[in-house]
Amino acid sequence: MNEVFSQTYEIRGNDFQNAGKVSTDIKTLLKQLGIRPEIIRKVAIACYEAEMNIVMYAKIGTMRMDIDTEKIKITVSDQGPGIADIELAMTEGYSTATQEMREMGFGAGMGLPNIKKNSDEFKIESTLGIGTKLEITIFIN
Amino acid sequence: MQNDFRSIKIDREKCQGRMACMRICPTQAIRVRNRKATLLNDRCIDCGMCVRVCPNNAVVPQTSSFSDFTRFKYTIALPSPVLYSQFRGEFTPGAILNAFKKIGFDDAYDVACASEAVSIAIQEFLDNSTLNQTYISPFCPVIVRLIQIRYPNLLENLIPIDSPMEIAAREAKNLKMKETGLNAKEIGVIYITPCPAKMIAIKNPPRKKYSFVDGAISIAQIYPNLLQALNQQDTVGAKEVKGIGLGWPILGGQVSTLRAHDTIAIAGIMEVIRIFEDLENGKLKNIKYIECHSCSTACVGGSLNVENPYMSRNRVIKLLEKYGNTPCQDRDYVKNLIQKNFFSLPGKIDATPIAPIDSDISQALKKMQEKVTIYEKLPKIDCGACGSPDCNTFAEDIITNNAEIEDCIFVAMKKFENLSVELIDIVKKHSNKIYRNINI
Ligand SMILES: Nc1ncnc2c1ncn2[C@@H]1O[C@H](COP(=O)(O)OP(=O)(O)OP(=O)(O)O)[C@@H](O)[C@H]1O
Ligand code: SF4
Ligand SMILES: [Mg+2]
Repeated sequence: MNEVFSQTYEIRGNDFQNAGKVSTDIKTLLKQLGIRPEIIRKVAIACYEAEMNIVMYAKIGTMRMDIDTEKIKITVSDQGPGIADIELAMTEGYSTATQEMREMGFGAGMGLPNIKKNSDEFKIESTLGIGTKLEITIFIN
Repeated sequence: MQNDFRSIKIDREKCQGRMACMRICPTQAIRVRNRKATLLNDRCIDCGMCVRVCPNNAVVPQTSSFSDFTRFKYTIALPSPVLYSQFRGEFTPGAILNAFKKIGFDDAYDVACASEAVSIAIQEFLDNSTLNQTYISPFCPVIVRLIQIRYPNLLENLIPIDSPMEIAAREAKNLKMKETGLNAKEIGVIYITPCPAKMIAIKNPPRKKYSFVDGAISIAQIYPNLLQALNQQDTVGAKEVKGIGLGWPILGGQVSTLRAHDTIAIAGIMEVIRIFEDLENGKLKNIKYIECHSCSTACVGGSLNVENPYMSRNRVIKLLEKYGNTPCQDRDYVKNLIQKNFFSLPGKIDATPIAPIDSDISQALKKMQEKVTIYEKLPKIDCGACGSPDCNTFAEDIITNNAEIEDCIFVAMKKFENLSVELIDIVKKHSNKIYRNINI
């Protein structure tokens, strides 16, 4: 049987104090599982950017991780404003971050493009006024 | 190379299992079993927190003893510049170096001047680096070890430049070989250290086959003799120690010597861990250099010092005001040495990750699921009575067969309670039968 380990984390919008914590927990777990550093780096960047997008733009969201012997699948879904033009949001440098967020070092418009770059499979769907969902897959071998 | 050398050991005779070390250890490297603390070598990063908190002085720094040096014909003390800040009297660094000759060493050599040279080398390296990379200072051995164990992705961020300790040791050795005609093996260079961790940089130097330093004695150990010698000697003839390298023992001491302004300085292992998490997540992109210290007040707060770290810090600042403005190194000369790769280290630092919960990924996933299930049953108050530092680590210890769930007193008590209820039921059920023919 193919073993699967799953874990779900909650992320709250605007919670800058705990921002990054979910990504840290996921990394710790992957290290304990003996996942290779190169893979962990990819997961770390993808998770962190996805986590930050919820903190910055959404009301609340979850990050679910499913690991089996071949891949790490991360499903990020939020309740929030949604994205009107996904293609535009995926463009490097496009950002609607506020002045305050930029002052905190965010808003380079690199998050979503970096998530895509670091995943082996990537899906994004969004409904205006409802929320956004990302499916990130990273292969272990 | 002695990769498994650890700079602290637990003295089982002295240890009374009081758990202070286990609770403070930032990498969960200590367990208490049968009332004795045990160190998990593969997790220990040599930070020395346990040395500070042990109420029984049972955590013993593995520094050298004087008898290790009888094999040398000539001995040079190489005090960490932290030593200059340990005296409340008005002893100059030069006088402090001089005093070593009164307590059994043949000579003493200043490290702060090498720190200045290393500062210049770092500056040059950063100026010439074309990579968009954040570099990390490798001079606190605990930081290097933390990266080897937990952040293998950051190994390439460690700046490949040798430490002031090594540079000074090499210089001192070469100089004395010329002066005395002795060979390298006959001259012992002994570091006077603020922390046990420097011992791992000596036994297992990063990117190098061997260290130029032959051993280390703690500041605390040498202090009483040195103080006595200082009080007795007259200070004439002392060499002047100068330059910005004198500031290296305090937080910001390194980055304040760099022209590059995209630098940060961090002290305290937990803070360093937070920054490394950010760095691994791809944050901090525009930071060029991070000065990192394991001790929360940088090297003046080393666990083997005698003076209060805040007093030491103040003293370092005073020394800087007095001697810091005169350069110790000729910049062009140092640049010339840089061209000749005098400071750079070509080798690679290996990752030494903590073993995963199982080497087979399928098994590891299964055990991780078990761990989560076990953790959910625990009280999550991290009391430590089980001998593991927190409930999460305890759950991990159970699935790796290093603990049993009944080691948790709350779980055991619950089990006991359930058994008791069952027992009472049995007794009640049978007592009627038992006593029906008896009259008592
Ligand atoms: N979960 C989300 N909900 C609503 N809008 C989002 C969400 N994620 C991204 N966006 C929109 O897409 C834009 C681009 O996102 P991206 O993560 O690429 O850049 P950024 O967050 O603006 O900046 P950076 O990630 O570099 O700090 C955002 O500015 C925002 O308008
Ligand atoms: S900060 Fe300095 S004193 Fe403390 S462990 Fe690191 S090198 Fe040693
Ligand atoms: Mg973003």
